[in-house]
This record gives sequence, structure tokens and C-alpha cells, in this order.
Amino acid sequence: MVSMDMITKTFPGVKALDEVKLDLYPGQVTALVGENGAGKSTTVKILTGIYQPNGGTIRIDDAPVSFASPNDAAKAGITAIHQETVLFDELSVAENIYIGHAPRTRFGLIDTAEMHRSAAKLLTDIGAPFSSHTQLRDLGIANKHLVAIARALSVDARVVIMDEPTAALSHKEIEELYELVETLKSQGKAILFISHKFDEIFRIADRYTVFRDGAFVGDGRINDISEGDLVTMMVGRSVDQIFPQSTHDVGDEVLKIVGYEHPTEFADINFTLKKGEILGFYGLVGAGRSEFMQALFGITKPSKGVCQVNGDIKVIRSPADAVSNGIVYVPEDRGKQGAIIGLPIFQNITLPSLGKTSRSGFLKLAEEFKLAREYSQRLDLRAASLDQDVGNLSGGNQQKVVIAKWLATQPQVIILDEPTKGIDIGSKAAVHEFMSELAAQGLSVIMVSSEIPEIIGMSDRVIVMRDGRIAAELTKDELSPETLVRHAAGITSDGAAA
Amino acid sequence: MTRFIPARETILGGAILVLLLLISSRFAGFVAPSNLANVFNDTAPLIILALGQMVVILTRCIDLSVAANLALTGMAVAMINVAMPGLPIPVIIAIAVLLGAVMGAINGVLVWKLAIPPIVVTLGTMTIFRGIIFLISDGKWVNSHEMSPAFTDFPRIVLLGLPVLSWAAIITIILFGIMMARTQFGRSIFAVGGNPHAAVYTGIDVGKTQFWAFVVSGALAGLTGYLWVSRFAVAYVDIAGGFELEVVAACVIGGISIAGGIGSVGGAVLGAIFLGVVKNALPVVNISPFWQLAISGSAILIAVAFNARAGRNKGRIILKEAEATQ
Repeated sequence: MVSMDMITKTFPGVKALDEVKLDLYPGQVTALVGENGAGKSTTVKILTGIYQPNGGTIRIDDAPVSFASPNDAAKAGITAIHQETVLFDELSVAENIYIGHAPRTRFGLIDTAEMHRSAAKLLTDIGAPFSSHTQLRDLGIANKHLVAIARALSVDARVVIMDEPTAALSHKEIEELYELVETLKSQGKAILFISHKFDEIFRIADRYTVFRDGAFVGDGRINDISEGDLVTMMVGRSVDQIFPQSTHDVGDEVLKIVGYEHPTEFADINFTLKKGEILGFYGLVGAGRSEFMQALFGITKPSKGVCQVNGDIKVIRSPADAVSNGIVYVPEDRGKQGAIIGLPIFQNITLPSLGKTSRSGFLKLAEEFKLAREYSQRLDLRAASLDQDVGNLSGGNQQKVVIAKWLATQPQVIILDEPTKGIDIGSKAAVHEFMSELAAQGLSVIMVSSEIPEIIGMSDRVIVMRDGRIAAELTKDELSPETLVRHAAGITSDGAAA
Repeated sequence: MTRFIPARETILGGAILVLLLLISSRFAGFVAPSNLANVFNDTAPLIILALGQMVVILTRCIDLSVAANLALTGMAVAMINVAMPGLPIPVIIAIAVLLGAVMGAINGVLVWKLAIPPIVVTLGTMTIFRGIIFLISDGKWVNSHEMSPAFTDFPRIVLLGLPVLSWAAIITIILFGIMMARTQFGRSIFAVGGNPHAAVYTGIDVGKTQFWAFVVSGALAGLTGYLWVSRFAVAYVDIAGGFELEVVAACVIGGISIAGGIGSVGGAVLGAIFLGVVKNALPVVNISPFWQLAISGSAILIAVAFNARAGRNKGRIILKEAEATQ
């Protein structure tokens, strides 16, 4: 029904999709499978008209189409239900279903009565247990999904894209969703189902398509493949990245975490970190890695747990506490959480170390420049001048500014959250090189990463998290892409989903 | 000191010069040094308040209560003066600054601890402060003959050719120049406004920084409260009514980004001076004072449009693309 062929999408420095193909069939569920960064979301955005591909063709019923805007895609009958539903809390269910295409009266006004009538019918069709007059705000996530599905039906969608629809649902709600998917199938809709969970894929999908690193790997009927083979297709790759050889020795214990727990995000986190060690944290999106790191850094508070630095119990209530105990955090979203755009490079670097560069309460600019220069040279930061606005630097260099900022505080533990996300291959290699240098100098590194080659190439030890808990702790010898994915996705060794 | 007078401020300074030239072509006496000194003296309260407001706006807040704070401290010190005419002026000033700072701290606590939007907090306290003036004064005026001569004369004392009022503004400008460029607090203010998320990750307490910004703004409003009441030798409920908007306007014209994080001491001062020149020049060149409102308004729009263009390339979010690869 819909086919994407040779679709390519590039962003500056990144090739997100490289000549991929994807076919959807009426009355069938196609699962799109791949690791984080495989290009699944980009594909969804192209299909829904949010992005325009750089090359390739999309065909609907064999006729080539191009979507200049989300509106075009909607007119062609493609609709998406996102992980977090894109709906309006302050409007009623009926208004949400019909926003943008509400029935009109003769005078061009919205025909409220008709809108509620048809909304009620749609809701009955999908078995929704609430009225069209309900405020969306009063519904739970599962019911909001139903509204999104009703909306999809109201535009007479032929293709329904479900992007991790079960991520926030309970077991019972998931069952209801499956039934609904069956209903949609029986109505002849083509469904694209994106999920990380293998049990789901094998339960409801008819077909699969696997992407890896933005490239098409294979597709076929779900009955013709085993879970193990699917994992291999997802992760099996030629080793195309070279990682620095780790030559450093691991020393004494620096950090010990006992029983960290958060009411909703994670529980029962225990591990130790040694001097000069690179500890990798792997997991799927939503496994609670970043949430735990934020608690460790004092941004959110764990409800329980003890943090020991060099054997002494430390209470970390705020980032300032963490920094003064030698723990620093380089966040994932540098644009939002890292560099302060508008401040020049040197001021970004010295921001957490201002105590060191001031005398009797006044900042010494000369000392600030000296400190900034020292660390920017160590990181080989390329900038015309340290007085330049950080906003004008490339992604890789901004990353260096954020890392320089933290190194200037002379920490003992540095947490790097997705340190190479969104930067080009060259800068990635530089960051990797630098990371192992830091470890060699005795700094302990916690690296949160969703990139399997990076995890395997860089870590001395890896903790895999799943659903807010530690699923496995693996030594360097035990690491393989398959084991990582199995633990992260919760597949036990005999191949069945846990 | 790159932050003190960057390019944006040079342009605003140029605009003020052009304005002065135009006025002098109609009335040469306006640009005589003595008259310019008068204009500066007249603008001094606006400059002081604009600097306090600048700090607040830089942290992504706004303080609408400055004029009410000024009026309340003004009334309070006037009544203290009436009750205790012998109290020395430095004590009066200390009381004014302290009282203003306390009112600023009330705003700050509400923003910091209760996380109420600053515009709502200060709109509320603005009304409350005005109400308190009415309560403590019974709606009566404190007139010049009730105040002690020392009280009313102080801002007029001439030192090195300029009245104390002008010196108060000049000293505030210098202190702020140092504070913004050379102290951790100044740097934190830019960091909090420029990127609150990143500031948190850097170990800066965003709410606390905003709290102190309100305290600074309040203290300056308190100081101005005394200067205002003693200069005009009268205190009543409605003094400086609506002045808070002029203060915000001075900041906006001076290139302080209402979205926070961008601005300079030089900008705030020049913004205030621009408004001061317009206000003082129009009557001399026989333009109705009502035009003043239109001119101030246009200046605000032009300044904002100009700054929006200049700031468009800032804040480029490099991860937009990266997110897409997920």
C-alpha cells in the first residue's frame, strides 16, 4: 500500500537514513526494529511529512507522492500515534478528535452537535469507556491513546503509525491496545508498529523491517524469523570504528552507590566505581539511566540510598554538593543543559570554578583566561578566540567547552551522558581518545551511552539497566552486542522474552 | 569589559546624540552642559531603578512592584522624619534601602519558594504596597513644611559640581559595572537567564539567584524612594504611579532581552537616558507632552525589533539535527 524506496535523509554531519526501504501492506502490522539511532524516528517523521527526504521515493498505491508538510501526509491518509500523545489537555475529547477538521454548519461555524455525535460513534467503535464531552486532562495515558486512535480513524486514515505506543501503558492497557490493533487490521489499515519490546513484536506484527545505523538490513514475515536472528540483524555489524586501546590500570574504589531508589524512575541501584575506570551504562531509552545520573548529581533527589566517595558517606542534595565532592556531570542535551549560549567561551569554562579565579570576591579576568586557555588547549578546542560566543561553535567544539568546564573543577568522577551523540565521526574519535586519556590520568568515568560499539569499545565494565533497575553487570570479557541487547530488552538466554 | 559597552550600546548612544542634535537645531540651549547636567539629574531615579530592573530581567523575571516599593519606602521615611526630625540622613537612607530590600525579598521568596510567575507576584505586591501606604498614612500627604530641612536638602547638596542625586546614580552605575562583570553573582545572573537548565547543572541555584536579584532591585527602589520624596518634598499614596513601566521601558530600549540572559549596564543606563532626554526635550521644543508617550512607545518597538534581529542567530540549537537520528 505504502512503500518507501531508496529514502535518504542527511543532517549536517550525520546521515540519518541511507537509501532505506520500507513497505507497508493493508491489513497487516509491520514492525520497524532497530537500536537507538537506527533511523526509526526519522522514518516516521518523513512518512508524516515533518521531514522531507533528500532522495528516494514514497509511493502510495504505486503512485509517487511527496509530502511538503504534515498536512499533506494527513491528507494522504497517514497518521501517527506518538509515544507521548500530541493532544490538548484543556479541550474535550470530541474537540481533540476533530481539531483541524471539525464538521461545520452552514455559516462556517463548528457544528458542535454533529461533532459530538460522530465522536461518540468513533468512541463506541473502538470501545472507549468515556464520553466525547470528557476533558482530555481527566483521562489516563491509555485512554489518551484511544483518543489519538479515534482521531486517526476520524480522518479516515489508511496508514496508522504507532511509535512505541505501549511505553507508558500497564499490562491490561497493552492487551486492550492489541485488540484495537486487531480491529484496525480488520478494517484494512496498514500499521507501522515501532517497539523495542520483542514480546510485543512477536505478538502482534505480521512483518518486520530492520534498520541499523540508518541503513536497511532486511525484512520479511515475522513467522519466518526467530528472536535470536532478529537480535543479530539489529546489532550485527562490521566493526567500522576503532577505539583507543586502554592501557590504564584501575585503582582503588572511588565511588560506591548503595540502594539508590526513586519513587518512580529507578530502584535498587548498587555499584562501585574505581579510580581510572570507565564504567559504561547501557540500556534502552527510558531505562532510567539519565534519571539515575541526575539523582547521583543532586538534580533530583533519590528517596533512599547512600553515596560514598573515597569511603566517606556524602549527602548530595544539589549539583553544588556533587561538584564539591568531585562528581561532575556532562549532560546529554548540550543545547539545553550544557553550554550557556550568550556567554563567551571562557566564561562558560570558568563558570563552576569561579571560586578559584577570584580574589576577595572579585573575579580576576586574567586568571579566568588562563584557566580557560589551559583546558581548551588540553581538549584541542578550535575557536577563533576564547571571547567568542559559544553559540557559534560546532557541536563537537561545544561538547569540548562543556567538558573543559568540568575538568577545570578537577573532579574525581566525571559522568558523560551520551558523550558523542550528534557529533561527527572525527569528533567522536577525539572524544573517545580523550576519554581514555582522562581514565589513564586517574579520573573515573561513567559513560552513559546507547551506542553499542561505543559501550563495547570504551568500557572496562558495563552496567545494563532495564525498567529502572540494574539488569546485568558485565566485565569487558563478557561484552558482546547480543548480550547487551538481550539484557536491555529482557530476553532470557533461551530466547523467550522475560 | 566587553560586556560594558558592546556594539548595541554604541548604536543607542549614537541615537541619543542624533536626538540631541535635532533638539539643539530647534533650541540650542538644551545642549548647554548645565542643562544636560539637569537632564541627567532628572533622569537619575530612572537610571537607578533601571539598573535594579535589569538584574531582575536578566534572570528571566520582572519586577513590576518597583514604583510601589519606592512610594511605600518614601512614605515610611517621610513619616519617620516627621516623627523623629533629628534622625541623621545616613540612618534614613539605611532604613530606606533596608525596607526596600525587605520588600524585594518578599517578591523573591514568592518567586523562589512558591514558584509563582514573577509577573503575577509583583503585580500582587505592587497593589499591596500601594494599599499599605494608604493604611499607614490614612491617605494623607506628608508635605514639605512637615519634613526637616536636612531631609529635603540632601539630594540637592552639590559636590564637585553635581547634586547628590546625580552622584547616587553615578555610584550605582559604577557599582553595577563591577558587580556584573567582576563578581560571581553577576556571572550567575547571566548564566541563569542565558540557560537556566545549564545553570542548574553547573551548580548554580536558579531560584536563589532570582531571589537576590529581587532583593537588589528592591534595595534600589528603597533608596530611590527616599531620594524621590526628599527631592519633590512631598509623599502621598500615588507618587511615581505607573513609573514601573517607564523603568521596564528603559531596560527594553537599552537592549536588555526580556527573555533574559542578554543585556548590559551600559544599555540600561543609555535606555534610561534616552527616555530622560525625550521627556525633558519635548516641552522645550514645543511638542505636546502627549507625543512623549508615542515616542517612548515607538522607541520600545524599534529597540525590540532591532534586538530580535540581532539575536536571531544566537541560541542555535545544534542538537536539533542529532535528535533526528534517533
